[in-house]
Amino acid sequence: MSQVISLDSIAKAPESAETMRQDLAKGGCTSSSCGSSDGPADMPAEIWEKIKDHPCYSEEAHHYFARMHVAVAPACNIQCNYCNRKYDCANESRPGVVSERLTPEQAARKVIAVANEVPQLSVLGIAGPGDSLYDWKKTFETFELVETQLPDIKFCISTNGLALPDHVEEIARHNIDHVTITINMVDPEIGAKIYPWIFFDKRRIHGVEAARILHERQMQGLEMLTERGILVKVNSVMIPGINDEHLKVVNAEVKKRGAFLHNIMPLISAPEHGTHFGLTGQRGPTAAELKALQDDLADGANLMRHCRQCRADAVGLLGEDRGQEFTLDKIGEAVAYDPEKRRLYREVVEAERADHQKARAAAEDALAHAVDTGADAAPMLVAVTTKGGGRLNQHFGHATEFQVYEVDCDGVRFVGHRRADNYCLGGFGEDDRLETIIGALDGVTAVLTAKIGDCPRERLEEAGIVVSDAYAYEYIESSIGAYYTASVGSVDAGRASA
Amino acid sequence: MAYQIIQSQCSVCGACEFECPNGAIKMKGDTYIIDAAKCTECEDQGSPQCASVCPVDGTCVPA
Ligand code: SF4
Ligand code: SF4
Repeated sequence: MSQVISLDSIAKAPESAETMRQDLAKGGCTSSSCGSSDGPADMPAEIWEKIKDHPCYSEEAHHYFARMHVAVAPACNIQCNYCNRKYDCANESRPGVVSERLTPEQAARKVIAVANEVPQLSVLGIAGPGDSLYDWKKTFETFELVETQLPDIKFCISTNGLALPDHVEEIARHNIDHVTITINMVDPEIGAKIYPWIFFDKRRIHGVEAARILHERQMQGLEMLTERGILVKVNSVMIPGINDEHLKVVNAEVKKRGAFLHNIMPLISAPEHGTHFGLTGQRGPTAAELKALQDDLADGANLMRHCRQCRADAVGLLGEDRGQEFTLDKIGEAVAYDPEKRRLYREVVEAERADHQKARAAAEDALAHAVDTGADAAPMLVAVTTKGGGRLNQHFGHATEFQVYEVDCDGVRFVGHRRADNYCLGGFGEDDRLETIIGALDGVTAVLTAKIGDCPRERLEEAGIVVSDAYAYEYIESSIGAYYTASVGSVDAGRASA
Repeated sequence: MAYQIIQSQCSVCGACEFECPNGAIKMKGDTYIIDAAKCTECEDQGSPQCASVCPVDGTCVPA
């Protein structure tokens, strides 16, 4: 996992409220504004209440709270063409890696060890490899073991939906308020190109019939959950030429049935993953194609743009993975839970969140003001490097991904993250890396960062991308707003003097 | 007559253990094995359940 950013700031758990506060300013999360682009203003209050501390759903929460996944249920009841079962599910987690497989007891022990060290932990998820509801006994046993010790933690599960209708009652009983269903189609003809077979009713079923059953079970499960007030997020894997256009229909169908978020994930596909799609040369979408689809769906189910397809055994704030620190051999036999650090952390976060909110509101104000002064420029894409806490606090050279924002006089909006790490590439040389980064920043006008060396700065500027470290350690939105206002101003000044 | 698991192919997902109607499949060491004495080849199930659910073709095969 060499691509993982080491986050010095939270490598050690903060000890006091004061160090926690400092750490938040330095970083501790990797991105500012992601997730549901809807803030408290345009989201129903009861949904906001459920997701506001959930790093995977709330645009704002995930700078402060962490999620953790454990892989306890590796068996699956369907086969996907983007999956190679020798590895983790390539689209539910990262391709080509194998998660640590745990028994429910081992998983519970790990969760408590992490809760002691990472006070940000607020969510425990059970996702791939495998389907959490096919091997459901292991999933629910894990939740039972954890909930007796950590009553304030939220649970979430991901499923392909095939077994979902059989377990809705149990989900409701366990107070799991979020379920993610991966839905890639609502048309079995299309489904047959994605799923070669399912195992259902004691037999292996192929082709269109298999996809039809899967589709019916997914819709039934979705409806059953939303009827009971359980939030459902839908994940879709965007597969160019197979379901890319069709995902608009999927969006309409899942929204109609009450899904609160629809998250489009790009297919990640390479021959070395050994998946059917990898071997047949099926490509994933480009960043531009992905954004175009997300833009088209912006009026549909609220989109979650910050999904990083974290590993199934990931630990941490989104975009970082401290999983390697908590492998089983590093956890003692018996771990006792110490709630004090978590309580303290939550207090600190309340204050910091309020502060950040204020800074964002001020940034919006300033931009609205830019309209008054007659600036009427096209939206601009600005990329930032951050370790979290909503600030520009990561050095360019350490960035493995960039948060991209769109800014115009109406405000600053998160539009997505662009990965620029090496994990899918052959080359590891610095030159290759910069080229990867420049490619990933396609369409971006400027990069705001904490610090950057002269050499990469020149290379980026040759590629037409402005780089600035003038806003180092400031809040992201206000920096982008200020940068935009200044650059629009200078455009105007240029026009005036011409 | 019984089925067996080709260990070099097995992804250790455990789906076969979950499905086997006779409890013939158990984790042993790092991998799953089939107890030939308990395996009935799923005579009354229509198809061998382990082979039907196994995601890696050619892994659950007649011994
Ligand atoms: S063939 Fe049937 S009885 Fe034999 S191991 Fe497989 S599932 Fe069990
Ligand atoms: S279903 Fe196949 S891959 Fe999974 S444990 Fe059984 S033999 Fe191994």
